Amino acid sequence: MPNVFIPPSMRDLIPDHSVVSMQGKTVRAVIEQLERSYPGAKDRLCSGETLRPGIAVTVDGAITPLGLLQPIGENSELHFLPAIGGG
Amino acid sequence: MSNKRVVTATINEETAEFLCEPRQTLLEVLRDSLNLTGTKEGCSNGNCGACTVIMNGHAVVSCLVLGVEAEGAEIQTIEGVSCDGSLNEVQSAFLEGAALQCGICTPGFIMQTEALLAEKSNPTEDDIRFYLAGNLCRCTGYDKIVRAVMAAAEQRQVTTG
Amino acid sequence: MSTAEKPSYKVIGTRPIRHDGVDKVTGRALYGADIKLSRMLYGATVRSPHAHAKIVRIDTSQAELMPGVRAVITSEDVPEQGDRVVELGEGAVNMRHLAANVMAREKVLYKGHVVAAVAADDVHTAEEACARIEVEYETLPPVLDLLKAMSADAPILNDDIRTESIGSAPSGSDQQTNVAKHFMFEKGDIKQGFADADIIVERTFDTAMVHQGYIEPHNATAHWNADDKITVWMSTQGTFSARQQTAELLLMPVSSVKVVPMEIGGGFGGKISVYLTPLAALLSKKTGRPVKILMSRTEVFEATGPTPGSHMRVKLGAKSDGTLVAGEAWIAFEAGAYTGSPIGAACMCVFACYDLPNGQVEGFDVCVNKPRTNAYRAPGSTHVAMATETLVDELCEKLKMDPTEFRIKNAAGEGTRRVDGPVYPRIGMVETVEAIRDSEHYKTTLDGKFCGRGVASGFWFNVGLKSSVSATVNSDGTVALVEGSTDIGGTRTSIAMQLAETLGIAAEDVNPVVVDTDSIGYTDITGGSRVTFSTGIAAINAAISIQEQMCQRAAILWETDAENVRYEEGHLVGPSDQRLSFRELAEKLRELGDAVVGYGTSGSETQGGAFGTHCVDVEIDPELGKVQILRYTIAQDAGTAIHPSYVEGQMQGGVVQGIGWALNEEYWYDEQGEMHNPTFLDYRIPTCYDVPMIDTIIVEVPDPQHPYGVRGVGEVPICPPPAAIANAIYDALGIRMTELPMAPHRVLAAYLGRNTDD
Repeated sequence: MPNVFIPPSMRDLIPDHSVVSMQGKTVRAVIEQLERSYPGAKDRLCSGETLRPGIAVTVDGAITPLGLLQPIGENSELHFLPAIGGG
Repeated sequence: MSNKRVVTATINEETAEFLCEPRQTLLEVLRDSLNLTGTKEGCSNGNCGACTVIMNGHAVVSCLVLGVEAEGAEIQTIEGVSCDGSLNEVQSAFLEGAALQCGICTPGFIMQTEALLAEKSNPTEDDIRFYLAGNLCRCTGYDKIVRAVMAAAEQRQVTTG
Repeated sequence: MSTAEKPSYKVIGTRPIRHDGVDKVTGRALYGADIKLSRMLYGATVRSPHAHAKIVRIDTSQAELMPGVRAVITSEDVPEQGDRVVELGEGAVNMRHLAANVMAREKVLYKGHVVAAVAADDVHTAEEACARIEVEYETLPPVLDLLKAMSADAPILNDDIRTESIGSAPSGSDQQTNVAKHFMFEKGDIKQGFADADIIVERTFDTAMVHQGYIEPHNATAHWNADDKITVWMSTQGTFSARQQTAELLLMPVSSVKVVPMEIGGGFGGKISVYLTPLAALLSKKTGRPVKILMSRTEVFEATGPTPGSHMRVKLGAKSDGTLVAGEAWIAFEAGAYTGSPIGAACMCVFACYDLPNGQVEGFDVCVNKPRTNAYRAPGSTHVAMATETLVDELCEKLKMDPTEFRIKNAAGEGTRRVDGPVYPRIGMVETVEAIRDSEHYKTTLDGKFCGRGVASGFWFNVGLKSSVSATVNSDGTVALVEGSTDIGGTRTSIAMQLAETLGIAAEDVNPVVVDTDSIGYTDITGGSRVTFSTGIAAINAAISIQEQMCQRAAILWETDAENVRYEEGHLVGPSDQRLSFRELAEKLRELGDAVVGYGTSGSETQGGAFGTHCVDVEIDPELGKVQILRYTIAQDAGTAIHPSYVEGQMQGGVVQGIGWALNEEYWYDEQGEMHNPTFLDYRIPTCYDVPMIDTIIVEVPDPQHPYGVRGVGEVPICPPPAAIANAIYDALGIRMTELPMAPHRVLAAYLGRNTDD
């Protein structure tokens, strides 16, 4: 199952875990699953049907331009990180 | 606008006559009145060298010269360094040596280099760095500019014997 | 140097003359300030003399009466944004803040903040009119100190800011604050890590606000037409970003704005945000005439987007065998007037060079009464490299270990998990350290009483983002390449070379042109070290499409099927060994069907990241405290160097900017928040007399995400210099410098053992 790395600021909602395994074939599906296990989780990461402004999701180390719609693999790992720009 | 003076100067080997307010700088006149926009504005207070032109044989920052001071002067700008449609040694050396990135400081560097080579045909690296220290470049780190000036000096010595 | 068997390329790795070069050495290239349009007016701005104040009243009547004045605008003319956060290609921006930064509404938040603008027949009249605009302010205490700004009793800059962090509960708090963002990353067990350490080093670092210092000031010319179409001519790192910002600020559809890119005189991250464009557009709307506004150098310093000052506390622990076991960092950045410093990136970069089993990083984005900060070359990474690389040097000293040996032992590599979570793909950190270790420079002994040598490494992500190109085959066998990436450092050529390599033709046979937002597909900014990577991929894709079309056309000629035609090294080869060069077929295209046009896009690729390791020798004048750079060598992983001269140029330019940051550059503020050095005379960027030649070693560890292995090279070279120089100063004098810039008075004070307060 895909592994979701939990941002430290969500520890109040998801105590005792820095990584949780969640079923899902897209980032969106994984977040929905996270919400079912930890009600309120989706609102922490999403604003409506998109990621909250300033949050990027990386799947297997790569920042995805597709955001919530990014397909993920059976053993993918997901991180929610600050969006990076550049000079 | 009232208060304008007629100024006559030789610019790039041609006589130019223009109207100029006493408060206008040579830089402004070159760019806005004469459309010689190859001379660039980077700071307007003499610190960056982007507006360097050659006036009566000396390199000057045109932002610190008033337009009216050009009366009777002989001025060369980047548009006049090579009048026959080809590049001169300095221009070629900058181009071939990748001595520019954004290019905004390039005309000023080329004019300052012309002044240097007129004074010293075979400058050392230290001569070059000293002479060009009033021209700022933020992109290149100066390495390739200094090398280009060395290459230009060498090439000019070959061509002029 | 090459670290792997390199494929043999015909164009890549050569050094053709750049396509825009002749225009730039003859003065013919047109930059933003060079535009002149019929009936054009000139704009000027009124700016706040105070760092923090309420605007009580603005009286524009005297200015409006002046002959030659055509329009005056204040914040009343700028549309209200409400609570909107918009993705602007390079991150989410609070539109209320962006609008207020362009034109202050109720409050001014830094000296130089625009409060009104004028359009007149000439610039002198516009400036005189500005002087006649009366603005009444009620001054407020300025908040200038980072740590004081974070305290609960600090005056508040923005009443709508609440501290946000990734994954925290959406704020229901009423607590007003200057701390706009809080980031936290953890890996492993930090307590256990430090418990296991034999040696622990910890220091506090401060760095001053510095400016990108591009030589060309900001400029914008806009024409708001009677059909509500707005055309903008400007110097920008991203035409599509500028278009979107302008449209959003004016509450116009994005398609109503066309941005025409002029040549750009340097950006380094500072020419992404718009400042003048919406003002020029609004003045044009009022007058029906094009309006041009140029910034002065002082306006550039006081009111564009420098990079933040910072306060950092960093701690590292290692075993006695030199293995890093734990790292902890606490980092606060000055956001300036509005939120948006690169603190997130800084937190992700602080330990990025190393394989660190246990780490914790905390970061804060803090509003202060200084200009709203923006990206500057590897934003955030130079600050944290100063801290981490100084401490690494201190560990090496305590462990009596060679700094290259320590870095090789602890370097991040493929498979290393970063403290912020993700795992690295193939990267070249170790290779850059090895290159320095094996360099002539490092192998040469340095003598001299006040001389010292320092080594430091650095990391930057490099971004991917979207690019589009189109490419048309001309009947003479050349290709017209149309792209949307504004060219700051020779990218027309690096993109053209990739197209040429793929087609098997010469770089000189490609004619690249950068066009406006109506003339090419969406393209993100020239920034994040992305253009040669991402626009390069788009060009390669366009070339592949051209190859296919050329095979089809040859098949028509040879009366066969396209699958029977091969494309080989710039030639079409038919089933009966017929052979035509690209040029020969191009000459016959008129009779062979449709025009041959290739399109290419990119956007799904993420770069693997760039690393560099630097070595510097310095000599210090013990009476003046002045640090002279004697010798400098930079080794950097470029993946595959497309045009080595311009790769070297990026490395050398980045190093010298880093030297300026290290030794001279800083905003000098007084207690009222006035910058006292807003000129190039007093804000002293390096001149050619300050630096030696910068020796470059291009390391090539190809990035598998790019067909030719390209890694962006533009940003990472600025990261290591401050730390490398600090380490060299330590080697020379035995003092650890922890404050940037390491200006003579600070070095001297530290050397004499006194407090470094000015």
